[in-house]
Amino acid sequence: MLLVCLIASAQTESLLNKQAPEFARTDLNGARIDLAGFRGKVVLLDFWATWCASCQVEMPAFVQWQREYGPQGLQVLGISMDDDPALAHRLAAKLRLNYPVAMGDEKLGELYGGVLGLPLTYLIDRKGIVRARFQGETDLKTIEKQLKALLAEHEPMR
Amino acid sequence: MRSNLVRSAGILAALAVFFAAPTRIYAQFGWSAPPPESAASIPAAQLLQPDELNRLLHAPGANKPLIFQVGSHMLFAQAHIAGSEYAGAGSQSEGLKQLQARVAPLARKTFIVLYCGCCPWSRCPNVGPAFKLLRDQGFNNVKVLYIANNLGADWVDKGYPVERGY
Repeated sequence: MLLVCLIASAQTESLLNKQAPEFARTDLNGARIDLAGFRGKVVLLDFWATWCASCQVEMPAFVQWQREYGPQGLQVLGISMDDDPALAHRLAAKLRLNYPVAMGDEKLGELYGGVLGLPLTYLIDRKGIVRARFQGETDLKTIEKQLKALLAEHEPMR
Repeated sequence: MRSNLVRSAGILAALAVFFAAPTRIYAQFGWSAPPPESAASIPAAQLLQPDELNRLLHAPGANKPLIFQVGSHMLFAQAHIAGSEYAGAGSQSEGLKQLQARVAPLARKTFIVLYCGCCPWSRCPNVGPAFKLLRDQGFNNVKVLYIANNLGADWVDKGYPVERGY
């Protein structure tokens, strides 16, 4: 049934400084990913799609960051908003993504305030709090700067 | 004199290669070539601003257009312009077939508005091919909603009428 309503701005209100909405999915390789399981890590949550040119500019940087900052506690998670999983599989292989990617849907989109334009990237701190949101084409240096600041917070005991 | 001619010919040849094979040249420099039917290919006269469409939807007695979303179905399910229909992704051949089938029975003068809103306007892969299809099919009253950033920022967040679901 078509749910007719006015989606007020309040419904897409900022998640900033709030607990990141929990979700669990199966990634493209069949492994289970659970956001709660990454507590203690800084999570870069990237909503993307194969038709999103800007996303494909960012994703190679995310691959590099996963490699470079992974040992410091970064975990990149990709959520493909493609309608067809096969397209996401192909691009993930082509870009040699070194982080988990799961398929999204409208429910997950709504959980994150409505994914009504891509790319959309969230930074979630080690405690699971949303600390930054980047919508649209964003200077990668801006994201990286905030990412590094979050990695420097609450360094886990070694 | 001869060397000038040779130099000029060389420059012309280089320019010809540059413009004849933009994709290869762009790729060489790591740039993305503009897609053949990018949103930028749509004439300015065919664009409709979001506030114009909003006024049109609220105007009593106005000639209301058929509104087709030609982007991602997943985005459509989250939010779409009230009264609009999903008509297939313009960047995919299956999507264009869906749009073609939808418009086939319509009169060529039908007032149609296309929109996507997946990405910033210059990056949208969907509206250009969808507009071209309708133009090639002979539709002569087609407008494309100019969504500068995305549907969320340029329509939903402005409080314009939205529905969700399939």
